[in-house]
This record gives sequence, C-alpha cells and structure tokens, in this order.
Amino acid sequence: MSRQSLAKAHQKIQELAWEPQYHEPYMKYGTDYTFRKAAKKDPLKQVLRSYFPMEEEKDHRVYGAQDGAIRGNMFRQVQERWLEWQKLFLSIIPLPEISAARSMPMLFHAVPNPELHNGQAIQMIDEVRHSTIQQNLKRLYMNNYIDPAGFNNSLRNFQTDYCGTIGRQFAEGFITGDAITAASIYLTIVAETAFTNTLFVAMPAEAAANGDYLLPTVFHSVQSDESRHISNGYATLLMALSDEDNRQLLERDLRYAWWNNHRVVDAAIGTFIEYGTKDRRKDRESYAEMWRRWIYDDYYRSYLLPLEKYGLVIPHDLVEESWKQIWEKGYVHEVAQFFATGWLANYWRIDGMTDEDFEWFEYKYPGWYDKYGKWWENYSRLATPNGHNPIIFEDVDYVYPHRCWTCMVPCLVREDMVMQEVDGQWRTYCHEVCRWTDAEAFRPTYQGRETPNMGRLVGHREWETLYHGWNFADVVKDMGFVRDDGKTMTAQPHLNLDPKKMWTLDHMRRCPTFVSPNVTLNEMTDAEREAFRADYVRQGPAGRPAPKDA
Amino acid sequence: MTTTESNPSAPTERSVPKPVFTDAEAGAKEFPDSSPAARRYNYFTPAKRKQTHYEDVTVEVQPDPRHYLAQGWIYGFADGTNGYPLHWTKLKAWGVDEPEPARGVGTGAMHVQNWPAHGWHEFRDPNEEWEQSLYRYNANVVRQLTQNVDNARHAKAFELWTPNWIRFVERNVGAWMHIEHILGLYVFAANERSGPTNMHNTAMAVNSTRKIRFAQDLALYNLTLTEEIDGFDGTAHVEAWNSDAEWQGARKVCEALTAVQDDWGEAIFAANIVFEPLIGELFRSNLVMQAAAGNGDFVTPTVMGAGEFDYAQRDLRWTIACFGPLAEDREFAAHNKELMQGWLSHWVPQALEAARTMQPMWSQADHKPPRFEDALDRAKSRFAGICRDLNLDTPEELKQ
Ligand SMILES: [Fe+2]
Ligand SMILES: [Fe+2]
Repeated sequence: MSRQSLAKAHQKIQELAWEPQYHEPYMKYGTDYTFRKAAKKDPLKQVLRSYFPMEEEKDHRVYGAQDGAIRGNMFRQVQERWLEWQKLFLSIIPLPEISAARSMPMLFHAVPNPELHNGQAIQMIDEVRHSTIQQNLKRLYMNNYIDPAGFNNSLRNFQTDYCGTIGRQFAEGFITGDAITAASIYLTIVAETAFTNTLFVAMPAEAAANGDYLLPTVFHSVQSDESRHISNGYATLLMALSDEDNRQLLERDLRYAWWNNHRVVDAAIGTFIEYGTKDRRKDRESYAEMWRRWIYDDYYRSYLLPLEKYGLVIPHDLVEESWKQIWEKGYVHEVAQFFATGWLANYWRIDGMTDEDFEWFEYKYPGWYDKYGKWWENYSRLATPNGHNPIIFEDVDYVYPHRCWTCMVPCLVREDMVMQEVDGQWRTYCHEVCRWTDAEAFRPTYQGRETPNMGRLVGHREWETLYHGWNFADVVKDMGFVRDDGKTMTAQPHLNLDPKKMWTLDHMRRCPTFVSPNVTLNEMTDAEREAFRADYVRQGPAGRPAPKDA
Repeated sequence: MTTTESNPSAPTERSVPKPVFTDAEAGAKEFPDSSPAARRYNYFTPAKRKQTHYEDVTVEVQPDPRHYLAQGWIYGFADGTNGYPLHWTKLKAWGVDEPEPARGVGTGAMHVQNWPAHGWHEFRDPNEEWEQSLYRYNANVVRQLTQNVDNARHAKAFELWTPNWIRFVERNVGAWMHIEHILGLYVFAANERSGPTNMHNTAMAVNSTRKIRFAQDLALYNLTLTEEIDGFDGTAHVEAWNSDAEWQGARKVCEALTAVQDDWGEAIFAANIVFEPLIGELFRSNLVMQAAAGNGDFVTPTVMGAGEFDYAQRDLRWTIACFGPLAEDREFAAHNKELMQGWLSHWVPQALEAARTMQPMWSQADHKPPRFEDALDRAKSRFAGICRDLNLDTPEELKQ
C-alpha cells in the first residue's frame, strides 16, 4: 500500500471504535491503577491489509534461510558449545512469547481506551507468531544437530528444571496479578523495551559467530515486530502517568520489573554470550559492553530518563546497582559457574573453559583468572568420570549456594544475601531488592495503600526442596534427563560424545545424599541461623568458603 | 565504551569470526540418543498416529501442573488463582476433578503418569493454525480482495449500482464491520487468556485475528466505495449502527456476547454456534450474497464471501472440534450437555428476536432477495445441523 493510502486506511479504521450501548464488556482482570479517560493518544491501529503480506514476506525469508541452512550443511560449522545452551534457551522462550500473547486481553480490561486495543490485539497475534516460529526452530535443531537429547524432551525438561522455573518468571509475570503491573510495566516497559535487545539482537550476533545463522534469521524477524509493542507500552505508560495516583505504583513496579529482569535475563543471556561462545576475538563486545550500550545508554538514558519530566520516578539506584553487579561483582561469572557446578541437574552439555577462554576473560574482565580460573581448571579436570564424583560433590573450594526466594537464581554475590522470615518461613534473598519484592511489593498493601489486585509469589520456589534427601541418580531419573539407553545422562560437563566418557546414573548412585538448603535453614535454631548468615556473607567470590581467620 | 575504542592496536581490516569445521550434524557419531527415533518431541502423545507440525509447535507450550510443572505455578493472582484455571468455564472435561499433585519436601517432580491427565488436552484445532498457516491464509485473503476491488474499479463496475443499492451497502454492509470488530476484539481476543490449553487459546487468538481483519476489510472497502461512487456516504454506517432500528437487535446480542460473566466457553459457544449461523450467516449469506447480483453488484459478494469462508471453513470447524467431544465426554457428557442446552435456550431466543428486527433490510433494495422467512428458515436449518454435529438437541426455542 502506498503511504498515502495507508494514512487514509489508518484514518478510516478509527471508525471501528466501539462505545457500548446495551452491555458493558465483562471485566475479568483487575488493576489498582486508575485511568481517567485520557486524551486520545497515538492510536496505533495496524492496518491488516498491509500487515499480513508484510509478515508473510518476513516468513518467506525465515523459511528460505532454513532450507538453505540445511542444504548448505550449516551444522558442520556449528559450535556445540553454543548449541547446547540453546537447549535451555529455546525450551524457555516459547512460553514467554505465548504468555505475552495471553497478557494482551488483560490490558483490554484494564486500559479503557479502545484506541489502544487494536494495537494490543495485533501484538497478541505477533506473539503467537513468535512462540510457534521458535518452537519450529528448536525442532529444526533437534532434527539436524548432532545431539537431539534435550531438544527432543524440551518442554518436559523445562517445566521440571530449576533454570526453566527461573525463566518462567519471564512469562507468568506477564499474565498474573495486577494487569498493568504484569502486562504493561513488567512485560512491555521493561522486558520488551529494555531487555529484548540483549535477547533478540545481542544473542543472535553471538550465534552467528558460532556458525549458527538460523537463530539470527528467526530472532531478527521476531525483533522487527518489537517496535510496535514498545509503542503500545509507551502509550499506556503516558496514560498511566497522567493520573497522579498511579505514580507510587509506577515507582514500585519499575523497581520490581527492572530488578527482576536484570536478575533473570542477565543471568541467562549473560551466560550464553560469555560462556557459550567460541568466539574469543578481543574486539568482540563482552556482555558487559553490550549491556552498557543497549541497556544503559539506549534504554536507561534515551528512553527512561526523558520520562522523568512527566513525573515518572526512575530507579536510578537500581540501574547503577545492576551495572555494578555485572561489572564489579561478577554476576554473570558467578551464574555461569553455578550452572556448571550443577550441570548434573540440567539437560544440556556444558563445555569447560580453555586457556584461550581464560585469556579473553582476563582481557575483558581484568582479575577474572584469580577469581574463577582455578575453579574452571578443576571443572575440566573432573569432566569425564574417572573414579571421582561430579564437581558439586568434590572439594573445589565452592560452597553450594542458597536460592533467592524471589528471583530463584541462587544468592551468588554472597555479601548481598539477606534473610527474612516471611509467611512463616525463613527465606534467603540474593539482594535487598529481591527481599523487598517478596516481603513488601507483592502484598495486598503497599506503603499503607491498599493494593488488592497485586499478585503473589507462589509455588515451590526452591527447586531443591522437591529432592531433599534424595540420591542424585533418582533425581535425574525422576526428572527424565536420561538418554535412550536408559542410563546415560542427557547432561554432561564436557562435549565428548564417546559413550565411555559420558556420565551415567551409575556414577550418580554413589554420590552423597542431596539436601535442600532451605529445608535445612528452617530446621536451624535462631542462633545457628544467625551464624549461617554471618558466615555466608563472608563467602565468595567464586563461591569460596568464608576465610577462617577473620 | 566498545573494545574497538579501547584497543587501538586492533587490526584495521574487519574482524569477523572464522568458520570452523565442527562436524556437528545429525548422524556424525553414534551414542545414546543419536538415532533418528530420538529426533521427535517426545513429551506428548499425538492425537493421531503421527504427530503433526502443528502439534509440535503448540502442545505443552502452556504448562499444566498435572503434567510436568514440578515447582508449580510461581505467580498467582491476589485471590490465589494462578496459571490457567480449569474453572474459567463451567464446562468440564474428564479428569478435571482429580486433585492436582501435592508436591512438597522430597516429593520429586510427580510427572504425569496417565497422559494427558484430563480431557481438555485432547483438543486439536482441525485447522492446525500456527504462525505459517495464519499468515499464509490471511495474506492470501487480503491480496485476493485487493485485487478483486481493484479490478472492479478499473472495470467501472460500481457504475451499475442503483441509488437504493448504494444506500443499502453504505448503511448495512457498512454496519456489519462493527460486529466483526467487537467480536474479534472483545469476545475472541478477550478470551484467549482464559482457555485451559495452548490449543484452545491459540485457536481463539487466530479466530480473533480473522475477525479483526474482516472488520478492516469491510472498512477499507467502504473507503474505496466512498472514493469511487459519487454520493456514497462513508460515515452512514456509523449512523446505521448507532440508530437504525434494524441494527439494534443484532447490536444488543453482539454486545451481550462481550458481557458473558467469567466463562470463555459460553462466550465462544454463543458466538460461533448461535450468533454466527442465526445472525451472521443470515445477513451475510442469505441477504447480502443473495441480493447483490440482482442489483448489479458483483464486488460486495467477494468481500463478504471472504468472511463467509472464514466462518464456514475455519471458525466453525474448530468450534465443533472443541465443543462436540464435550457433549460425549466420558465423565461429564451429561453435565456438559445440560449446560450447553441451557446456553442454547438462553441465546437462541435473543438471536431470533434480533434476526426478526433485521427483516426490513430484505425490502430495501430494488431487486429483492428471497423472502426473509425463507432466509431465516435456511439459517435455522443450518443451525439445527450444527446442533446435530455437536450431539445437542435442537432447542425448542428455535420454533419461535
Ligand atoms: Fe514477542
Ligand atoms: Fe533474587
């Protein structure tokens, strides 16, 4: 369609706006935000006559590239180190996408501005596109990559695995609780506007550097829909801001959403990009550098800061704190190390780090080797079964961490760990902000104000609880992370596919009993618990025990 | 801060990653899980012998705590509900009254033993809608329509229209866009958070998209006519929709569909099983499609026809596949049948009353279509056939 006819078409479809005359639509989802009927904002109506052919054309390119990749034997050049992590990533991401679709009707109910509903409905269908196109990409990997284990049982694994549960925040958080908190602030304003850049732009670039040009093809195609979604969020945010009563809630939700996105997305994507790559060119950007560019400069400085003049309270302190976590406190390195420590609880293979990797880390993060080098040397030493146990059960100067009740990533920056008794249970949190999220934000009152629509953090949030007192062979079998010979594990701490080098359930059988840190914590006396806390915050970096002398 | 800035000694040629031969393709080595049998999604049981592409991209994406969700849902609403509650419709599928696994300290994952745990998971969209089918189908429709309307314009086809027919199209064909828009957004999209499985919710989302598209097809067609036909009033449809007596009945029922309280099943059932055949097809097929040719209009039927096809070939098809088996559910057939019969008794009289208020439209054109009563009879018998397909009794109220 020509630009002129598109403009006219835009104008014309405004005539579809509906003012109920006989029945008001049923309002299923609640919010504590209030919207006076604000002046009409950019209506963002998508003209489907141009939308469908445009998306179809994008599809042609994606599917054409997929055929080409298979004909061109792309998998002869794909790095296994990289593709193994896709078993995790692609098991998670279709759910956030489809959840984004499911969250859109929540906004119909909460935002009484019909001009916005059309854009939200088109976002809904975009998200159906994203979810299924990603399930399809994973299927292609399963069919063509050397090791289908972990792809073939992807969605069962993901729903069972603690990493999957961490990822599910980035899905359930969109569809539950206060409709605006969930579908607008957490999903659109923070996840889509800030963090999809690392997901859909930075990560595909890394995939290409590892011989996989299909991930970029699919994810760039996905990302190209994102600007419309960002506009949806922006329009809603401006409407929310026009009502003074909303400002306290906006401040709360931005703090929660920012911090949770940082905790979850930086943990996962940071690990994929830094530890899942074989590309160690010194001039390729590190995750920290990408973060600084995409999130700090593009999002925080260019998008968020200008909103301050409309009365938005920006969590400057949390932006700086997140940067500090990444740059000074080694957040991504700590997470990657934890993933590797617990390789046996997952469903993909984690490659060890080599001298070339060490050199790159030292160059990008000066001081890295002194903190993490020894541990990764131990990881490689213990990689193939040779009479010893998996690294988690060996003495390598690493204390198994407690989990954060809120973000469910373990409390890895040990000095930041805080503890509180909440809802009758002692809980550990990775950081004060995660404590605040659970103990103060997700509650029916907030700073003395009634917030009856705010959601709750529920579920068995500590994965280890389910397997308290189990032998690890039974844990792995119960989760189903076993290959088709009935004993070789799906996960391995190396990439060698020689069956003699692979760990089996028999190796797990002789390991010590697994215990839940949280169950243990709740069995302690007050004095023991305080001693535990005092010790924990002196641990690290790299999970080292607290120094004995201090 | 980028490394290129902080690293002045970097080589001046472009730095690109070097391809490396890794031999990481299927079949390169033999090891546990390397066989072709391991190359299929193995966490669900397909509906037929061979699992379909549609199932692969759809089934289990939306979790169910009765399957594998070991740690349970992790976010809840204020009232404690979470995930995709099965009670967001009063319909029931076998197995739903079985308790959810009670997980806790040392229980393990408690994976499902008797897949699929309950009957809701047996539903498959017979249209097998996912990303590819969805865009292919709708892109074809809009391309076809654009071409038809362009051809008509070049052939000066609109010059044959009589003034009465112009009034008919600007008001009545125009008014119909509002119904599609409201149903698309506030019935189908509004309920696609509420279904029990990914299969249900995606089917609703895709149904919604077709309706929103059709509403826009009609709006843009209306725009073309405004530009092509002298004296065609492009805003008359708003007035007709807001105040013409013959539209107020249909509008009332259409709005009532958006107001169904907390039951996605009833909303979708009432829309696709009752409203569409008794009002939608009555108007689109039994009036517009019948009347147009006699009044020299060969274009409007192609636009309306696209919406007809959406409903008859896609929307109705998945709806029957969704609700039909519930009337024969191995555990709750009687419950569901009674419930759906109740919905029929509630919605059919409203639809018929609305249909009757539309009667004056049958005499507005110069060249009259078949009589209203015949049109309504046809719609009724179509509806009765749908009831049979669903194993429901044709409701008494249809005789009204
Ligand atoms: Fe998306
Ligand atoms: Fe946390």
